[in-house]
Amino acid sequence: MLKEVTMSEMKIDWQDYHSGHFYDELISAPGRPRPETKHLIQYLASLSGEELQERKLSAELAIKTMGISFTVYSDAGNIDREWPFDIIPRIIPQREWQKTERGLIQRLTALNLFINDIYNDQKIIKNKVVPAYLFEDSVNFRKECMGMKPAYGVWSHICGSDLIRDNHGEFFVLEDNLRVPSGVSYMLENRKVTKRVFPELFENHNIVPVTDYPNQLFDTLASLSPRKSDRPEIVVLTPGIYNSAYFEHSYLAQQMGVELVEGSDLVVDSDDCVYMRSIDGLKRVDVIYRRIDDLFLDPEIFNPDSVLGVRGLMRAWLKGNVALANAPGAGVADDKVIYTYVPDMIKYYLGEEPILPNVPSYLCVDKKQCDHVLANLDKLVVKPANESGGYGMIIGPQASKKELEEFALRIKANPRNYMAQPLISLSTAPILTNGNAEPRHIDLRPFVLQGKEHCVTPGGLTRVAMRKGSYVVNSSQGGGSKDTWIVVED
Amino acid sequence: MLSRVAERIYWLGRYMERCENTARLVNVNSNLLLDLPSGVRVGWGSLIDISGTGSYFKKDTLSADEKTVVHFMLADKENPASLINSLSFARENSRITREIMPMEAWELINDLYHYIRDRADKVTSRRDRNIILLHVISNVQQFTGLLAGCMSHNNAYDLIRIGRNIERADMSTRIVDVGLVNLLPHLSIGGTEVLEPYDNILWMSVLRSLSAYQMYRQHVRDRVNANAVVSFLLQNEDFPRAVAHCLKQLELCLWALPNSEKVLAAIVNIQHKLDEANLDQLLQSGLHEYIDELQLEIGNLHFKIAETWFLPMIMAQEQKSA
Repeated sequence: MLKEVTMSEMKIDWQDYHSGHFYDELISAPGRPRPETKHLIQYLASLSGEELQERKLSAELAIKTMGISFTVYSDAGNIDREWPFDIIPRIIPQREWQKTERGLIQRLTALNLFINDIYNDQKIIKNKVVPAYLFEDSVNFRKECMGMKPAYGVWSHICGSDLIRDNHGEFFVLEDNLRVPSGVSYMLENRKVTKRVFPELFENHNIVPVTDYPNQLFDTLASLSPRKSDRPEIVVLTPGIYNSAYFEHSYLAQQMGVELVEGSDLVVDSDDCVYMRSIDGLKRVDVIYRRIDDLFLDPEIFNPDSVLGVRGLMRAWLKGNVALANAPGAGVADDKVIYTYVPDMIKYYLGEEPILPNVPSYLCVDKKQCDHVLANLDKLVVKPANESGGYGMIIGPQASKKELEEFALRIKANPRNYMAQPLISLSTAPILTNGNAEPRHIDLRPFVLQGKEHCVTPGGLTRVAMRKGSYVVNSSQGGGSKDTWIVVED
Repeated sequence: MLSRVAERIYWLGRYMERCENTARLVNVNSNLLLDLPSGVRVGWGSLIDISGTGSYFKKDTLSADEKTVVHFMLADKENPASLINSLSFARENSRITREIMPMEAWELINDLYHYIRDRADKVTSRRDRNIILLHVISNVQQFTGLLAGCMSHNNAYDLIRIGRNIERADMSTRIVDVGLVNLLPHLSIGGTEVLEPYDNILWMSVLRSLSAYQMYRQHVRDRVNANAVVSFLLQNEDFPRAVAHCLKQLELCLWALPNSEKVLAAIVNIQHKLDEANLDQLLQSGLHEYIDELQLEIGNLHFKIAETWFLPMIMAQEQKSA
């Protein structure tokens, strides 16, 4: 007679875990954990299906209680949705991470030099390292910023770069988010949830803490203050409760102990300084960590219908009376076409070889490369230059013939707007499904800070494509996340 | 503190207090019914009169039955003052102000909201209802205690207390008022004489709905009578749910806030009105009108506060002077 397997008898059998030809973060071959993940893998295998389920439920409960949520725009009437989280952490050994960290700092340094150059002398154009059309056509180029010199020459103070690993486990940069990258609060909250769910694991692992981020962010922002006082007035500017990242805005303001403001809280007075409307009257603001897009910042200069922004804010910024992080116009460098030139920028400005490679890319604006893209559309991933959140892109191998034909027309109509990359195989990590472990594709978004000094988060936000075989990790399209551990080896 | 946030946090204080008051009202009425013989009927409709939500109640309040009223008071999304709505508004305000309160405060409100939302269809059962309402009351108390113990006693804290005390003063006047409407016809001349046997129980329930019975006994040291109850609930400065006490608290909070002169002057006016009231005389005639006036002045207090500190009014004034 066949015995029915009950939940309590079910356990994770790592011999049964196959990630195919993809690089798996925890398991090198069925049944064989990587050296730094041995403890974790053994521990997970020692738990019964019931115990695993219990941990999963307690994580869900913690997420509900802590109110960790995000918004899905199409979800009418439902302001927030709980954050999908997988309880099995991802582990990266520290020696590997240190190199990545250096690569990220190198990259952001070069990108900031580039942005500053574009808005000032444009040497890189004059020296013909990058063509002028690059920024001239970019929808994120702001002519209003020409001649501006923000503190330390830094435009993008908070950068979130998306990293992926190929089949050999090497990290590549997929894209740089230089405008208003989000996700760092989930990185912090994921760690808190893991501590609640698996406190015993922290005894056997030497895990680099992530909790310092709000302090580092505060210090970075404080270093930008135009007034040299001991206590600069810093605020976080949010579009409001209906924004998908409102949770994060509120969380960061709380963690830094600064005011969370909306556009209506701020006013630019006749002295071109920014003030907030407080119960004591007007109070001068020094640094604004703005989480609204450039075009909504100031109805006087940009979108005149914007009710999210502050009239006169650009005036105050251009006069140097207030610091904006990230600076308006910083997005000129997070265009996916400009991305392909980042290795050249690193060589040009720093005289160094890039530590972190780019994913090989084809630019459709180049006739030869465009022909290659059109001929191989079914094998490539094509992205529009200025979209984020995974919108407007096509994954060739997974698209229908009709979709491919339609997309080809779009590319031909506006080749400047598209770039293509081979389908890079994202690495995998195990997630818990019905008491068992199955591989899912993941990426990594570390956060890099640059003000007077540099900082990189230890690890970052690991995003997971929760659907089997899927490559789409964006939370707006059903992705989840994992706690990410940078582990110091014994 | 931002003017926009000041308004949110003030309303957070009010809505949390409203949750507790609503839970108390329904709970006391449920218990009262158990004490009355089956022949004596106390209308559930008076609860709707107390909360001042009659215009949202689509049926006749006089003949309204327990299930209908309880559902309306606790779980009806169409009733802006229902428990579930008050809690949902409190949660939205707390979400917007969570960067200035201890993290646990948001977690508590968020949890309580989920607790009620998941049990909205159980509130009509008497047994479940009792447990649910006690849970609400104790959680609001915990919220108050959490802030008292873990939040800096700063402007934000004062604004929560202002919201709480205005709401509380308003509710206490309403409860006294309804007591009068239901019970006054039975009073004999002089107000302290023979009460109908169940009037006694009803006045006790008025006290109980404010958790005031025990404190009343200690303070008054006399049997329950209308005059003493009304005086206790309006004029006692020591009992936290008495109107005079709420006003005293408001005054203390206001001293700590900037530019509070106008609001303070309004408080002092109400205090005078309360001190000088001759309740013996009013009980014979005019108490209902007197309480109406009191409520109106408490309502005006809210407008004075909004005018002084809240964003929409401040922006309107800026525009006027520009």
